[in-house]
Amino acid sequence: MQRAKQFDGKFVIAGLAALAMFAGFALASPAGAQEKPKAKPPAAGKTYAIRGLKITTLAGPVIEKGNIVMRDGRIVAVGADTPIPADAQVLDGAGLEAYPGMFDAVDQIGLEEIGAVAATVDARELGEFNPQLQAATAVHPASEHIPVTRAAGITEVMTAPASGFGGGGSVILGQASVINLDGWTLEQMLVRRSVAMVVNWPNFNTRTFDLATFSFKEKSFADAKKEYDKKVQELSDFFEQARHYQLAAAKGSAQNYTRDLKLEAMIPVLKGELPLLVLAERAREIRGAVEFCEKQKVKMILGSGGDSLKVADLLKSKNIPVILGPTMQLSQNEDDPYDKYFTLPSDLQKAGVRFAIASFDLQFVRRLPQQAGNAVAYGLSHDDGLKAVTLYPAQILGLDKDLGTLEAGKIANIMITNGDPLELRTEVKYLYINGRPVSTDNKHKSLYEKYSKRP
Amino acid sequence: MNRLRLLAAFLAAGVAAQLCWAQDSGVTLIQDATILTVTKGTIEHGSILIKDGKIARVGKDIKAPSGATVIDAKGMYVMPGIIDCHSHIAVEGDVNEGSLAVSSMVGVGDVLNPEDIDIYRDLAGGVTVAHVLHGSANPIGGQNQLIKLRWGKSASELKFEGAPLSIKFALGENPKRSNFRPPPGFPQRYPESRMGVMDVIRQAFVDAREYKKTWDEYNRRVAAGEKNVIPPRRDLKLDPLVEVLEGKRWVHAHCYRADEMVQLILLAEEFGFHIHTLQHVLEGYRVADEIAAHGVGASTFSDWWAYKVEAYEAIPYNAAIMAKRGVIVSINSDDANEARHLNQEAAKTMKYGGLTEDEALRLVTINPAIQLGVEKRVGSIEQGKDADLVIFNHHPLSVYAVAQKVFIDGHLYFDRDKDLAQRAENAKERKALMEKEKKASEAEKKPGEGKAGAEKKPGAPAGKEEKPKEPTKPPQLDQVATGALD
Repeated sequence: MQRAKQFDGKFVIAGLAALAMFAGFALASPAGAQEKPKAKPPAAGKTYAIRGLKITTLAGPVIEKGNIVMRDGRIVAVGADTPIPADAQVLDGAGLEAYPGMFDAVDQIGLEEIGAVAATVDARELGEFNPQLQAATAVHPASEHIPVTRAAGITEVMTAPASGFGGGGSVILGQASVINLDGWTLEQMLVRRSVAMVVNWPNFNTRTFDLATFSFKEKSFADAKKEYDKKVQELSDFFEQARHYQLAAAKGSAQNYTRDLKLEAMIPVLKGELPLLVLAERAREIRGAVEFCEKQKVKMILGSGGDSLKVADLLKSKNIPVILGPTMQLSQNEDDPYDKYFTLPSDLQKAGVRFAIASFDLQFVRRLPQQAGNAVAYGLSHDDGLKAVTLYPAQILGLDKDLGTLEAGKIANIMITNGDPLELRTEVKYLYINGRPVSTDNKHKSLYEKYSKRP
Repeated sequence: MNRLRLLAAFLAAGVAAQLCWAQDSGVTLIQDATILTVTKGTIEHGSILIKDGKIARVGKDIKAPSGATVIDAKGMYVMPGIIDCHSHIAVEGDVNEGSLAVSSMVGVGDVLNPEDIDIYRDLAGGVTVAHVLHGSANPIGGQNQLIKLRWGKSASELKFEGAPLSIKFALGENPKRSNFRPPPGFPQRYPESRMGVMDVIRQAFVDAREYKKTWDEYNRRVAAGEKNVIPPRRDLKLDPLVEVLEGKRWVHAHCYRADEMVQLILLAEEFGFHIHTLQHVLEGYRVADEIAAHGVGASTFSDWWAYKVEAYEAIPYNAAIMAKRGVIVSINSDDANEARHLNQEAAKTMKYGGLTEDEALRLVTINPAIQLGVEKRVGSIEQGKDADLVIFNHHPLSVYAVAQKVFIDGHLYFDRDKDLAQRAENAKERKALMEKEKKASEAEKKPGEGKAGAEKKPGAPAGKEEKPKEPTKPPQLDQVATGALD
């Protein structure tokens, strides 16, 4: 048994290496950012239509009663008088409402199953710089989280390698991938393999938790700064190394340099084709990250960004968008307003900073509409609340040609609800992902049905 | 650094101190609101008269007595203060005394921290009562403390006077420490299996029974008039367990898996005591009939799952299934953040399991009150009950509802308008204090170490230097292990 396992292990490792190499090649070509979404609906050629329902396209006025037609995975037409093709499989939407499926811009779907069981966690790696890692290589298409999450109306996510406990761990975490939440294989799920390079920006902290002694360690401001500066310098050095490698790769022939997958993976970033998603929370760190990205001439998206309001002018002037974390979270600073994260989306909106709202989670991805709903409760317009979890993430991640609204030509990811999708009691009645009807059944629903029937 | 932290706490406390006692004539009339009484239906355009901390009248046409503070709540909703049946706020330091398998001798009530900012934050979410529990590191944990979120008051004034005593038990992965390797210097500890967990509890109650016998015998002899009887040696570990056996101390047991719930209920019956609530009880839906049959309450999460193996079969329909099968169910937070939207968490049961609005509201009001033995005081809007009330701007089961005013004992402890109005002033005060602090620390540094002081603030404009973020609390052992602070 042990031997067989080992053999399997080797086989798997070889397979992964092959995948990683493939990934490397894909990135070395300028394809990284331009790669065509590989929407391959299993039932190619099928036409589906939804008839007679309220349609919020988020690309124009609400259609009080209209039809949606989709074919080969894409939306073909949306409108009040859109004719329904004779060959279409039709859903009667009477009394229901259609919206673009929600897009969770950062989470760990498919990379983790049970947080406490290391064997099921593939979201974290060892080592400081891992740009060569790609979320898509470890997404488990049969994860129970996928049907559970999509039942809440979330049709696509950007799944991303994660930082360690308390924001520690690697600095360059790897590449995040956008997947549809349906498919028998990863390839069927994949929208785009490499969407952002995730950087866990160094913490500037005078008080850190030491797991070895299980206690807090205080250090002076000067020491904390020294440590922070050193980490940023190391990151700078790594970029510099990658730049040399890029030069060598561009000018030299293959014999002149040893191929390095880490450095190779950085080339699309250096070319400005692949944005950096920089996870930073505090104003000082955000400023540091902005300065760094400017110096390196790379595209930056701010992730998490709890203190982004404090640096709103800077973010606005540099046109840096923010993928915000949950609105339902507590500030680490006791004297921050109690509603800081609730009002943050609305505050950024007023300050002219582009933003989206994401879960940065696994079990709570399905709370995405609730996160957006709370932003609306605290001042964001309802339209922006919806867009913060549909169109805005698509725009920020450069996928708005394919996702985010209900428009002809886009991937047909649609949720059909019985009401306002941000409201707690609203149910998602039907789902279309990649142009196909997808069941809302999941582990939770089937356990519910089973135990409701217990005699 | 310490001085800065103190400063932050001082500022935070300042916000509230200004709020609490401003509006205190003793008589308040909230009028023209939609009143969700929870136990007596909904009153449109209704009024609530508050007198001496109690609800004096609830109804449609109540005239304001002279001198009363009148709050016009037109278009607003009033519900009873939210009761969080599982909280860890207001605790100074660790919630776990994890070094022993039985830590019944310790109590959260001894280490309340009235300045914990999470009290104010949860209050701002409409929470008025919180059951502050010991952690789940031990099969028999420490004593819990029921508090009212009387922000600005002292530790002893937080305590919910007259509430039944309570104690934490814990089953499953946390007490057997499946997800947690003791860090260097921490010894291994029995038990590490579910068998061991049950054994620890059974042994403790065998001991408690024996101990109780010695005291009963002593008391009998004293009562019979015997002189010079030597009392048994007091055992602070067993005293609370005797209280459990006597029904004076209520048991709230952390558990996840269905089988362990039933095991514990049977063990309790073997010793003749009662389990008042199963906490978390994520697989309660599998044995809802058994839980109901034994009259045990269930306090669960709305939609948490998959953070550990024993939570992998958790379903958001849990509360609804148990409620429909006759269990008294509440939804709790176990987390200072989650507590701020318990009304929303309760609302999810309408979608997951089809509970009605009233049934959903019960989950965070009267049901936890029953589970904690304080239903005569709080949990619904009824004449004679404590005036613990929340005014929301929308129906509290809507995601768009924001708590506007929160009353405890008739006092206004949270007022959103005042909080907002206060912010500019707080910022100014903060800045001034920061400058003062900076000057003081520079003066301290001057004799001898001028250089280090100068190095600290290269070009940072005075008063604008921010404090690097720091976690306000150390992560608990459980949090590291499971991602949840159980």
